[in-house]
Amino acid sequence: MAVEMLYFAWVREAVGRGGETIEPPAEVVTVADLLDWLGGHSRPHAAAFADRGRLRAAVDQRFAPLDAPIAGAREIAIFPPVTGG
Amino acid sequence: MIRVVVQPEPIDTAAELALAEAEAGGAGAVASFTGLVRADDGVTALELEHYPGMTEAALRHLANEAVERWALLGATVVHRVGRMTPGERVVFVAAAASHRAAALEACAYLIDRLKTDAPFWKRELRGDAARWVETREGDIAASARWLAE
Repeated sequence: MAVEMLYFAWVREAVGRGGETIEPPAEVVTVADLLDWLGGHSRPHAAAFADRGRLRAAVDQRFAPLDAPIAGAREIAIFPPVTGG
Repeated sequence: MIRVVVQPEPIDTAAELALAEAEAGGAGAVASFTGLVRADDGVTALELEHYPGMTEAALRHLANEAVERWALLGATVVHRVGRMTPGERVVFVAAAASHRAAALEACAYLIDRLKTDAPFWKRELRGDAARWVETREGDIAASARWLAE
């Protein structure tokens, strides 16, 4: 099923785009699996996702850990820790 | 009343405070906090990026939590996005309550939690050099304190 990916801050810069539509295979179960899968197809993605400790995620606009399942998700965002205020 | 705004325009604190007072019927106290762009170590501009849709939902969630926890009569969160310069307002929060303690505490809660629970990212510019701001440990601790209580 198609998933909308969104990237913010330096993750967006490293990937080289603000978002994309993807169709991950069934064996991609968690957000971390998704990062592995995307990184396996593209060098910029692999570089952007290399240091997992610096990445945070949101699944359908709610913060989620990287081991969160993505089944049924329509929108997944990857970004650095937030720095508002 | 809960008012949550994410805007590229400058924040009009006088108008926001007047609105907070007018909308909070029966309140004995309106407290507010205004965050400014710091001019420290050569920063010439600040750029604020956010996650449209999720940002507003996250801020509304925090405002709802504050209203419930301190029985507020009103809560306001206004956050600016885009490019701004030192001295400009980047964030404004206000809380209206029957008494001052609740209003003051709720303001501290809103700004502390906002820093860790809303999807904003800051980039500092020093002339032509740009740097994404890293999360401060002190901010994480300040936010976690409210959840532990």
